[in-house]
Parts: sequence; structure tokens; C-alpha cells
Amino acid sequence: MARERAMVPKAEFGSYYGQPIIKAPIWHEPHMPLYLYLGGLSGACGLAAAVEELRAGPGGPPATVARLAAAAAAAAGAGFLVAELGRPERFLNMLRVFKPTSPMSVGSWVLAAHGGATALAAGSAVTGLLPAAGRLAALASGLTGPVMSTYTAVLVADTAVPAWHEARRELPFLFAGSALAGAGAVGIVSGLARPETAVPGRRMAALGAAVETVASTVMERRLGTLADPYRQDGMMRAGRLLTAAGGVLAALAGLPAGPRGGSRRGQGIVPAGRGPAGGWPGSAGRASAGGPVRAARAAVAAARSGYAGARTASRPGLRELAGVAAAAALTAGAVCTRFGVLRAGRASAADPAYIVGPQRERLAARRAAEAARTPGDGGRTAGDGGRTAGDGDRPAGGSG
Amino acid sequence: MSERMGFFTDTSVCIGCKACEVACKEWNDVPDDGFVFRATSYDNTGALGASTWRHVAFIENGDGWLMSSDVCKHCTDAACLDVCPTGALFRTEFDTVVVQSDVCNGCGYCVPACPYGVIDRREGDGRAWKCTMCYDRLRGGLEPACAKACPTDSIQFGPLDELRERAAARVAGLHAAGRTEARLYGEDPADGVGGDGAFFLLMAEPETYGLPPDPVVTTRDLPAMWRWAAAAALSMVGVTVLATAGRRR
Ligand code: SF4
Ligand code: SF4
Repeated sequence: MARERAMVPKAEFGSYYGQPIIKAPIWHEPHMPLYLYLGGLSGACGLAAAVEELRAGPGGPPATVARLAAAAAAAAGAGFLVAELGRPERFLNMLRVFKPTSPMSVGSWVLAAHGGATALAAGSAVTGLLPAAGRLAALASGLTGPVMSTYTAVLVADTAVPAWHEARRELPFLFAGSALAGAGAVGIVSGLARPETAVPGRRMAALGAAVETVASTVMERRLGTLADPYRQDGMMRAGRLLTAAGGVLAALAGLPAGPRGGSRRGQGIVPAGRGPAGGWPGSAGRASAGGPVRAARAAVAAARSGYAGARTASRPGLRELAGVAAAAALTAGAVCTRFGVLRAGRASAADPAYIVGPQRERLAARRAAEAARTPGDGGRTAGDGGRTAGDGDRPAGGSG
Repeated sequence: MSERMGFFTDTSVCIGCKACEVACKEWNDVPDDGFVFRATSYDNTGALGASTWRHVAFIENGDGWLMSSDVCKHCTDAACLDVCPTGALFRTEFDTVVVQSDVCNGCGYCVPACPYGVIDRREGDGRAWKCTMCYDRLRGGLEPACAKACPTDSIQFGPLDELRERAAARVAGLHAAGRTEARLYGEDPADGVGGDGAFFLLMAEPETYGLPPDPVVTTRDLPAMWRWAAAAALSMVGVTVLATAGRRR
């Protein structure tokens, strides 16, 4: 189908002075893409915290950094979401109603639940108060987290923007992979203090990057020329490269079973009882951004001594450097991808050819099917044809 | 409550006087939308938007003119209304679609959701605006300002059923007179948006006027979209369990 579409010349259809037919998304940069990134990150961190709680069992150490990262990302994301509104003071109008037909309404409630659960879990981990409630909240964030990371794909896909609506199958996987990779990056960086705890971070990072890469590849193939806005967007391309590179680096960093690579019992995906300072991808990004290897090693060593406190700071190995580079690349990749998705959506909405071409094909196919039927049931079946035209199983049909 | 009211815009008799645009602005107190020379024939308005609720399109096509007064379609299955998270957009007793400006928080979701590119957020105001089909006039028993002002009855207002009959007769008449390019747009309740409350008689392909040939309300695919999202969410759980596996217990 992609091949058929590729042969449709854009100029074949008329337009009104080349003007857009639909309105492009008006959401702003950096608010909207950062909300997408932070919400995804928070969801994956909440999920990781919950899985760690389950593995540790009752009374086990809380997955402190995962809890903290989930709460901080949710809070920051919510801030960007509110700032994005035309009337921020009316944000709470979102919570006046629950509308299942609106992914944004569903998402507001998910964000409220997830934000509340992660805040409680993080608060409990930091203060040591209400450990049982904190654990319950962390477990709850394992339910809200995956929804938090993927609902935004439904949010953008439920629009008339062709590059978004037609990508409704792959976008959730793209966002899920990106969220996992971002959370993996947090795990890797916080694992600097205790290398053995970086193992789950590296795995999440590598697997997440793989999911994201496969999803975007499948999407571009299935959508044919409708995916051109993705292919042509620099942010999207940068995101793909960074994600792939970060994923490979994360996998490489985990390859050799070095002396410190053994599996020690104890802490969660990230070290228990550590402050959030260990978990921030941004610091990793600065530490490793293109500097000479020596500077990077020094920075990592400094970071390690900072996190590890009493532990002696030693020169970091290549594996750790690769891990930090992977974390930086994955974080940058996840952010770039979200910017790319927004920009590709805008470009897709701006060009009437993406709307007129596929819709005319769809119309022609339906009329041909109608003509082939007996005249008696023409009216009713035409309606059914219309209803199924946009169904989830129909590839690259062009959206409304 | 009352029967469904709508617009039938017969573009074959539109003379491009823009009386509808002016009447709409006057009655609804819509702010100006900029004064620019666009070099698109006599169209200096451009497109429907937050401050343009009627828009007259002009196409000079060699042998003559095409003119058409565009408006919100007041869809049967309205995407803008479906996706609005605050309930600001609602369906009135006349089966029209209206924004409550005191509820809208300017989230902007309705803007890319509309398959016709009608509704938009007004800069500086932060809220979404579009045609109300003069909800206030309707409640007062009056016809919308644009239909009232239209000197050629290109814009006709009335019960939708009645308008559909009138439109079918009109298109049959035009066909009989040899104008086979005449066609109805948005009148079919079986189309992708369940039919438009404001439909048109066009004299060319819809895209010539900037209209989508086969608009679809994307919320139709919502169950499928949530299923894909659920699959992705489950795969996240799988990856996370895998990532933490084999380290303890
Ligand atoms: S045309 Fe657009 S703005 Fe008007 S009712 Fe339909 S979806 Fe809503
Ligand atoms: S901008 Fe206003 S009317 Fe549009 S979806 Fe958001 S709250 Fe509803």
C-alpha cells in the first residue's frame, strides 16, 4: 500500500491557493514536546519503581530514585501542560468533567492520579514517613505509569492531522519505547554510584531504544508518503540517530561481565536512599557532551565520588563512560523525538496534499464498491463503508 | 427540544458580496482578523478562524467565478465536541455545536481535531471560537445574521430535513439545465461525520474551495487507538519486568 501511495503525484489534486485544509496543532514549543517527554519519563519511572517494589517485597528498600524521578517528571510535566493552556487559570476546568471521548480528559485524570501517586511515593521515600502508604502509592504508579506514557499517543492520533491519525498504531509504541529509554537513562546515571544497579537501567534503555526504533521504522514504511513530514524533519532524524546510538551504547556498556558487573543483592533499579542528584539525565548530558575522554572521565569520577559518599572515587571504566554517553544520547533522543512528532504534525497539517490525495482515493474506492453492489442496498452499505473507512485496521487511509 | 436546524449554502447563486461576513462580525461582535491584501482573487479574509466565522472563497477559473461562503459545518459527529476535555463545546437544543467561552480553558485540542479546519484559538484571548449559528438569535426565534443578510438566498436557514429536500430539488434542476458539475457536499448522513448541519451545493470539487473531499471524525477510531495504546503499555510492563529480572530472589 505504501508503494501505491508513493506513486500518487502530489500535484494531481486541486486546492484553494495551496492553503491548508485543516488547522495545524497550535501547541507550543517547548511546552508540548517537553510535556510529552516528561510525562512519558514519569510513567516509565513509576512503572520501574512499582516493579522494584514488587521484587523487593514488603519491607524491602524503596526504589527511591525511581520514585523521585517519577514524581519530579510528573510535576514538571504538569507545569508545562498548564503553561500551554490559553487560559492557565482555568486548568481545573479539565477536572470538572470526565469525557471518555476526549483523550485529553482521560489524560488529565490519569495525570492527576499518577501525579498524586508518585508524589506520595516520593514523599514517603524521602521522609521515611508512612512507608506502607508510600509503597502502595509506588505500586499504584505501576498501573498509572504505562497509561501515562502512552495516552499521549492517542491524544495526538485522535486529530485530523494525517501524520498523526494514520500513525495511530505505531505512535503508542514509539512513545512507550521512548519513555523506557528515557527512564533507562535515569537508571544508568543513578547507577554510577553503584554500578551493579545500572543493569536494569541499561536493559530498559537498550530495549526501549529498540522498541522506539522498530516502531518508527514500521510507521514510516506503512504510511508511505504520508510519513514524509517525519522523514523530512531534522528533530525526528536526530531523535532516531541519538536513540539508536544510545541504545547500542547502553547494550555495549552492559556486555562484558567486568569485575563490578556482578549482581549484588539489595537496591532497586537505582540505589536506595540516594538523593535525586544521581538521577538527572541533564547532569549526565553535560558531563559527557563531546568533551575529551579525560574530561569526561574526570567528570564521571567526580560525580561518582559525589554520589558514593564514603566510597573511594576511582577512574571510571570505558563501560561507565559508554553508559553515561548512552544516557545522554537517549535523553536527547527522547526529547528530539517529541519535538519531531509535533513538527511533523504541523507540516502534515499545513500541506493540503496530505489530506486531499488520500481522501480522494478513499472516496473513489468507496464509490467503486458502491457501484459494484446491487442498487437496493446502496444507501445503507455506503454508510457502513464510510464508518469503516477510518478503522484501525485500514492502513494509510488518510484522515479527516 | 426543537428540530435540528441548519444551513444550506447554495454557492451557485453566491455573488461574493461578503454581506454574511459583515453581518456575522456585527452581530457576534467578532474582532477584526487583520487587513491584508492576499492576492487570492477578492478573498482578503483567507480562511475560517477564531475571528472569521463566515468566509467567502473566490476562485477565478478562466470561464467565470466560483464563490462560496464557508462556515462551521455543525457536524452530526463533531470531532471538536468529542475531544473537548472541559465540556466547553456542547450540542444545543437545535443540534448545533457551540463553545461556552466561560468554560473553555484554551487547551487547543479542538483546533487540530476539526476535519474542516474551522475552529481556532484566538491569540491574546486564549480561548477557542467559532460559528455559533447565532445561538442567541435562534433562541429568540430569529434566523442567523448571515442568512438574514444574504441578498441572493445563497445562505438558507431552516429545519435540516426541509433544507435537504430543497437542496435535492435544486441540484436536480441544475443538472436538468446542463450544469452537471453541481453537487451537494456534506448533506449525506452516511458520510464520515454523520452529515453536516451546514451543507453546501458546490460547482466544483470540494478541494477547489479548500474543503476536504472525505472528512472523517477521528474519534470513530478511538476504541482501536486505545487498544493499540494498551498493547504498547503492556509491552512497557514486559520490558520493565525483563529489565529487572534475574537479579534477586
Ligand atoms: S466543522 Fe469543525 S468546528 Fe464545526 S462542528 Fe464540525 S468539527 Fe466542530
Ligand atoms: S480549546 Fe476550549 S473549546 Fe477547544 S477543546 Fe479546549 S477547552 Fe474545549
